Amino acid sequence: MSVEPILSLQNVWVEYGDKIVLEKVDLDIQPGSFVSIVGPSGAGKSSLLRVILGQERPTRGVIELDGQPLAPECGPDRGVVFQRYSVFPHLSALGNVVFGLECEQAPLTARLFGSARKAAREQAEAMLVAVGLADSMHQYPAQLSGGMQQRLAIAQALIKRPRILLLDEPFGALDPGIRADMHALIQQLWSDYALTIIMVTHDIREAFTLGTRVLALDKRRHDPHAPHRFGATAVYDLTLNKKSNPEAPEKPAVLEIAKTQENA
Amino acid sequence: MRWVNRHPKKGERILLGALPVAVLLIAYLIVAAQRHADNPMDKILPLPGQMMQAMSALMFQADQLTGQITFWADTVASLYRLGLGLGIATLTALVVSLVLGVLPPVRATLGPLVTGIAVIPPIALLPILFIALGLGETAKIALIAIGVAPVMIRDIAAYIAALPAEQVIKAQTLGASSWQIMIRVALPQAMPRLIHAVRLALGPAWVFLISAEAIAADVGLGYRIFLVRRYLSMDVILPYVAWIALLAIVMDWALALTSRKAFPWAEGQGR
Repeated sequence: MSVEPILSLQNVWVEYGDKIVLEKVDLDIQPGSFVSIVGPSGAGKSSLLRVILGQERPTRGVIELDGQPLAPECGPDRGVVFQRYSVFPHLSALGNVVFGLECEQAPLTARLFGSARKAAREQAEAMLVAVGLADSMHQYPAQLSGGMQQRLAIAQALIKRPRILLLDEPFGALDPGIRADMHALIQQLWSDYALTIIMVTHDIREAFTLGTRVLALDKRRHDPHAPHRFGATAVYDLTLNKKSNPEAPEKPAVLEIAKTQENA
Repeated sequence: MRWVNRHPKKGERILLGALPVAVLLIAYLIVAAQRHADNPMDKILPLPGQMMQAMSALMFQADQLTGQITFWADTVASLYRLGLGLGIATLTALVVSLVLGVLPPVRATLGPLVTGIAVIPPIALLPILFIALGLGETAKIALIAIGVAPVMIRDIAAYIAALPAEQVIKAQTLGASSWQIMIRVALPQAMPRLIHAVRLALGPAWVFLISAEAIAADVGLGYRIFLVRRYLSMDVILPYVAWIALLAIVMDWALALTSRKAFPWAEGQGR
């Protein structure tokens, strides 16, 4: 692939004390890709997401977004949807989405008035319609179902037009039926807004259904006497052949299985 | 049917709630009537008529010395001290706990100090306040504010710090600055908890008010109770205590109502 990667991780390590969570992660993510990250519990999936998000600083290594080193804090260029607590309980659905616009346009009051307020509300309403919450704009999150809350969290993130959207097990707490609806929604948004998405999931099937690329994190080496001394890295990196059309077939064809070079 | 499953209906609840109050009142009347039968001059358990007589003098006739109606002057003075002290404490608690809860460097700097102040029994500070601020209104208001603010600060700061980390992260990915996170994420969510803290602080605030008034004052509900105690005037003390209880109940109820009406999103969250 000759396209410049949107996100590039070079030799990234994450350590907590003497416990190594991630070791030597090298990763280039192309714009427009949908990367699913799978792996057993404790394999550092969420740690990887947190360093990309800027919530944590890698112990070693470089992360570049659009060729620029990443600031070690969260910013509006990386949107996120967590499994829970992604939306603000004290704001209505509309208030939750408008919030991102208010922060940008009114640094001191974080509130908009007059025509700016009207424009922001219209933009937010359009985004809520796009995620299927047209009828719930004035409800509080507590009045929304789990699936609707996740729809709201996605709308809230997308209003900022992030360069990358990070999803941390976004559908893990939802019923299977609702989950299928959410899959359709996220694929639709992915193609409509030309998003680059990185999604951490426990569900292998979900990873393959949605992703254009599946990364499996695991420990490549294991010391039974000191299991914490080796970290996880991407042991499988599968690029799936998919049409850009979101109405893709249920069973995606695996084009290449590129086991990353052994460095151990 | 098991007792755990017996849920009284609304009418029954009111009836059951009124029952112990009625029992206590009747028991008082019986004992008071007995004592008066033994000794018509009894002052310890006055009959309702005596209380009404004593109170009507305080409620409807101006005092010859001050020209004020004693009962209402006492009420206004006490509520003024209580309101101002609680108001100062609430405002301080809100501002301090916001920066304390949201900004880790401030928490590291001021946290130990607040904890230290909170463990000092406020009444022990009363002599210091009287020496430093004189015997006027300032010392009494300061006692109430200093007495309740540290506990409120600790409670609300802990509550804000315990808001899900995801919310603060999410706000940052939406472009929010520290200031914006404080005023748009932490402040509104802290408000129901703040009102709750004020409701809980009402009890201690009354204690500090009555203590300060008992020690040095020339007007006030607490001052009056401790003044007439010298004459064993239970016919004034009992109505005053009932009046204080009524005021406290009304305040508590008004705060609860405010919280319900102003923060509908917090309903059913158990916060």
